[in-house]
Amino acid sequence: MSHSDTLEALAAAGIAAPVKPLLSVEGLTRVYGKRIGCADVSFDLWPGEVLAIVGESGSGKTTLLNCISSRLTPTCGTVHYRMRDGATADIYKMAEAERRYLMRTDWGFVHQNPIDGLRMTVSAGANVGERLMAVGNRHYGNIRNTAIEWLSRVEIDEDRVDDQPRTFSGGMRQRLQIARNLVTEPRLVFMDEPTGGLDVSVQARLLDLLRGLVSDLGLAVIVVTHDLAVARLLSDRMIVMKEGRVIEAGLTDRVLDDPRAPYTQLLVSSILQV
Amino acid sequence: MNALAQDEGSQNLATYNFAYLDEQTKRMIRRAILKGIAVPGYQVPFASREMPMPYGWGTGGVQVTAAIIGPDDVLKVIDQGADDTTNAVSIRAFFAKTAGVATTTATPDATIIQTRHRIPETPLTQGQVLVYQVPIPEPLRFLEPRETETRKMHALEEYGLMHVKLYEDIARNGHIATTYAYPVKVEGRYVMDPSPTPKFDNPKMHQSEALQLFGAGREKRIYAIPPHTEVVSLDFEDHPFEIQHFDQPCAMCGAVEVYLDEVVLDDKGGRMFVCSDTHHCESRQADGHRGALLGESPGAGDDAGAEKEAIR
Ligand SMILES: Nc1ncnc2c1ncn2[C@@H]1O[C@H](COP(=O)(O)OP(=O)(O)O)[C@@H](O)[C@H]1O
Ligand SMILES: [Mg+2]
Repeated sequence: MSHSDTLEALAAAGIAAPVKPLLSVEGLTRVYGKRIGCADVSFDLWPGEVLAIVGESGSGKTTLLNCISSRLTPTCGTVHYRMRDGATADIYKMAEAERRYLMRTDWGFVHQNPIDGLRMTVSAGANVGERLMAVGNRHYGNIRNTAIEWLSRVEIDEDRVDDQPRTFSGGMRQRLQIARNLVTEPRLVFMDEPTGGLDVSVQARLLDLLRGLVSDLGLAVIVVTHDLAVARLLSDRMIVMKEGRVIEAGLTDRVLDDPRAPYTQLLVSSILQV
Repeated sequence: MNALAQDEGSQNLATYNFAYLDEQTKRMIRRAILKGIAVPGYQVPFASREMPMPYGWGTGGVQVTAAIIGPDDVLKVIDQGADDTTNAVSIRAFFAKTAGVATTTATPDATIIQTRHRIPETPLTQGQVLVYQVPIPEPLRFLEPRETETRKMHALEEYGLMHVKLYEDIARNGHIATTYAYPVKVEGRYVMDPSPTPKFDNPKMHQSEALQLFGAGREKRIYAIPPHTEVVSLDFEDHPFEIQHFDQPCAMCGAVEVYLDEVVLDDKGGRMFVCSDTHHCESRQADGHRGALLGESPGAGDDAGAEKEAIR
């Protein structure tokens, strides 16, 4: 049962919600000139919850993800985030320094293409250690040991710690990118097609690893994917997008087993045919 | 300072203003310098002019010197510590001709010292100005090529990348192998590239009595360290900053705790180490100090011998 269902049940029983959402998206819209990127998207994300954003190519998934994660300024709408101190902040009203600090401590962003999320010309250890150094860690030995720990958590051999990601396979690069994001123990991680560029067998291994990390660390995740199998494996809840708008939202199992919108029915049946 | 250069040597340069640059340009550069002094370590953009010498020859330093020099100044120019290299000689001659100023090789006599890649061994004093020639002013450039991003990083004091570079150094070499252009933090705020001086000279920048000005011509940046400013070399707790140490004294003057250049003597592998600061070396020799190559003079034998003992 997902957190939101628990809360609904509590609310139905007349008990006040014990916690507030981690993230609240309201009326989020981004237009590119006359073209709609995403329009009027609203949802809440609860601590530890995994939300998948699905839809075909061009449906606005990346635009939405970038607007939520403050990488792309929305045309209108708001994103509120509950900070570690419990206070809720409008991320577009924060000072830039504070927002960038949040992005490299309490948030993570995993790009589809690891080249966009890694420094290809520095070692794996420095890639993982960068966030630690950015928040003021000044002990080489500790940084290196923490990097090695994280490499092993993402199944990269300790003896690769001084190698550059240029020498890594696609799957290893993606796992390194994940370690680099998780080293500051963020509470929220954004992922844009994290298994997109990988072979099927490599994808399966990465998905298993991600599932394990997400549950061990209690991470909240917003994952964009056009692959419903990825949504099924990773997410508690999903939203389906078409032409920039949310056309269906609900628990992942419910949406996939009993799709209500005709478009979702089409999407689900098309993967079943494959 | 507005007077045109009048001395005989510059008659045929009558169309040039004092110190070559026009007064308008000098004022623009002085404004950049003042801003740099007000915000120590911050790179101030300026409208770098074409100079009658190629980039890489210190056009940034020359513009800074031209903007601050007056007829009463005494100019010293060094290149890697030496007063007598082509670059140093040319720049000295340039100002002797265009500004008619006195020049010197003696560090204590100079009011302005323009330098490429060294800080003199003789401690600088109040009232002196050290002008550095800078090729690449941006310390973050090597890992972040986007200028918009590096500016933001300075503005928001996001300097994690500097330590990524030092981390890589240790991971590859077992120690921080950066020996030149070793990054510093100025007055607890801006991270700055001290230009390609050896890290040996970094401690001299800290709390210096002299004003230090940095000019990058091609990259159009000026920055400054005012006198008595804190300058700290970046490092790790378990790999603290260290300067280079030499295991022998200068072969010419016997000096220790100075920066030495290796000089190849013959094609059989013979070599010696001598002061990179030629004025320092020559004035020590004039005072009677002798290194191993010159033999120990009776006058300074005890002293040089004692220094050598101390090193062994
Ligand atoms: N930078 C841009 N400029 C103009 N149109 C864009 C830009 N980025 C995306 N779009 C358009 O916005 C819509 C949504 O794109 P996108 O968010 O990339 O979708 P998805 O990630 O679902 O494939 C598409 O019609 C796309 O062409
Ligand atoms: Mg996309």
